[in-house]
Amino acid sequence: MKKFLKGTFFMQGDEACAEGAIVAGCRLFAGYPITPSTEIAERMARRLPEVGGAFIQMEDELSSIALIIGASYTGVKAMTATSGPGFSLMQENLGLAVMTETPIVIVNVMRGDPSTGQPTRAGQGDVIQARRGSHGDYEIIALAPYSVQEMFDLTIEAFNLSEQFRVPVIMLSDAIIGHMREKVILKTPDEVKIVNRKKPKEPPGKYLPFKPEEDLIPPMACFGEGYGIHVTGLTHDIRGYPASTDPKVHEKLVRRLCDKIRLNADKIIRIDSRYVENAEIVLVAYGTPARSAIRAVNLARKKGLKVGLVRLITVWPFPYEYFRKLSRKVKGFIVAEMNYGQIVGEVERSVGDRKVVLASKLGGDPHTPEELLEIIGEVYKHVE
Amino acid sequence: MLSENLPPKAHPLEKLLRTDRLPHIWCPGCGIGIALNSFLRAVKKLNLDPKSIVLISGIGCSGRASGYVAFDSFHTTHGRAIPLAMGVKIARPDLKVVVFSGDGDLFAIGGNHIIHAARRNLDLLVICINNFNYGMTGGQLGPTTPFSSYTTTTPYGNIEHPFNLVHLTAAAGASFVARWTVAHPIQLARSIEKALNKRGFSFIEVIAPCVTLYARYNKLGRPPQIIKYLKEISVIEKSMDSSKADIKIGNKIFVGEFVDVERPEYVSELYRVIREKSGRKIDSLVR
Ligand SMILES: Cc1ncc(C[n+]2csc(CCOP(=O)(O)OP(=O)(O)O)c2C)c(N)n1
Ligand SMILES: [Mg+2]
Repeated sequence: MKKFLKGTFFMQGDEACAEGAIVAGCRLFAGYPITPSTEIAERMARRLPEVGGAFIQMEDELSSIALIIGASYTGVKAMTATSGPGFSLMQENLGLAVMTETPIVIVNVMRGDPSTGQPTRAGQGDVIQARRGSHGDYEIIALAPYSVQEMFDLTIEAFNLSEQFRVPVIMLSDAIIGHMREKVILKTPDEVKIVNRKKPKEPPGKYLPFKPEEDLIPPMACFGEGYGIHVTGLTHDIRGYPASTDPKVHEKLVRRLCDKIRLNADKIIRIDSRYVENAEIVLVAYGTPARSAIRAVNLARKKGLKVGLVRLITVWPFPYEYFRKLSRKVKGFIVAEMNYGQIVGEVERSVGDRKVVLASKLGGDPHTPEELLEIIGEVYKHVE
Repeated sequence: MLSENLPPKAHPLEKLLRTDRLPHIWCPGCGIGIALNSFLRAVKKLNLDPKSIVLISGIGCSGRASGYVAFDSFHTTHGRAIPLAMGVKIARPDLKVVVFSGDGDLFAIGGNHIIHAARRNLDLLVICINNFNYGMTGGQLGPTTPFSSYTTTTPYGNIEHPFNLVHLTAAAGASFVARWTVAHPIQLARSIEKALNKRGFSFIEVIAPCVTLYARYNKLGRPPQIIKYLKEISVIEKSMDSSKADIKIGNKIFVGEFVDVERPEYVSELYRVIREKSGRKIDSLVR
């Protein structure tokens, strides 16, 4: 196969994700097979050697994420892919990546859960876990693709964001998007924006590995570059040295790790909104349910109902400010998700006393447009 | 004879240490320092470029070693030093990657990774400080605690059997396996030199009973007595058989080099495939 694919293809979401990673510059993948993400690993196993990269099948997900953290600290763009059970196993080292400011990409092709749940069916039960699954205060970035095209595009974006902010970025896909085949237009690296981590400006001896610049992000020296850096998951000072009993160092570090995302949220957040300008109610969705939501909103508009759509491309950081502003004009919100209520809580937090209705779907099938249309009708009656 | 008029001399290993991080956290008489000293002596003897070494450790007293060396170093999560080291080694095969950690870190919570790294014959040196307990958390039972001995979580005597670390790693496929005690720092340094020159998975166990916890609960005496005791009960045999190297209270401790074989190595094989498929002479993933 050619080094980079270019043009229009009919491809599975998982495969498009692998191709996106390769275009983004990913040259190392470590993972442990799990439905419905396995096709990413299989594609990477074939493709990475062709582009001069390494595929490693690890003994579990604990080691998969540990391995990509180590690789990233040499300067390689590295990724893993998994689903709920494996994502749970990765939580401790997700925190290590946050604490050590390691750029990595984790793809979670979500299935029905809790536990082993529904391996072959879709769900969105890991959305809060992606944000809060590891212990401690932290911020990460999570993106939710809703098409095969976005499996490609957002994987590139995920790498760019992880490199820019030195933070793990999570792709929250699901079994439907991962396994679905549809049209996708693939681009080569010179046709897309590629971001690489900042490098130190000072020579070894002068450089302080965890001293942030104005954007709160420290430039990153890597192993084997002559800097002799020490990296630890313990609370550390700007030299990278453990300072776990110093309250001031701890407070400063944790606040910075959160603030580098919080204060840059408007640079990170991407929203796809339709008809919200004159909407009475707004349907909120991300990932697979957004496909039905678009259709439902179009149908509602045809019936003359003033309904808008907000599709979250970035799930974390959550666009609290955007919803706060929107709630001044909008009377009610419907949140469609394939779980028993996760992002709905974030919407509720943002919109004051506005009515917020959860359109929950469990079992693996997405909401149908008609189901959503019916809920739209109900809510519409209420808020009028 | 020592003279007070001698000029103050730097420690011979000073260049390999982060002296601004001293004093270290280890108890007086702890064997971890002896093992680290042997490792650094081996590095010095081989004249290795400190910029080409990466030291990676897990969590525990032993795991703190990564914070004191003047190399690139990573203090990872509990049990995950080996897979993290694997990521470094795969991306930069030109670097010497060494894991320095404790028995619990490497064989309890991280036990799966060490057997798989040995199975793959990953080019990595793992130095394990076997102090017979979990030192950092206060002297609990570990996977190497001898049968019937006392720890804070086996107050009535240990009813479990310990791993025979050299036999386990040998069986899992390691290319080089050795065991020494803190009473053998010279021999230990020599085995570390050998292992650093070896292409494949090397495992070195350093027996260093925890002087503050294990030794106290089991009445082994003070550090000098422990060292003397270890010297007395250690035996080196001509043809070493790892299967006979179990550690049992009252028995001899077999020390020496148990395995030194050649086998196809993981990173070399990985790059053979990458070179074949990419048609390029790639020897690192970092450009
Ligand atoms: C996931 C996790 N579980 C438990 C601990 C607590 N803990 C810290 S060190 C340690 C044991 C260390 O024992 P060992 O690896 O033998 O190192 P030693 O301190 O004896 O050198 C434990 C259980 C932890 N840090 N992380
Ligand atoms: Mg121990």
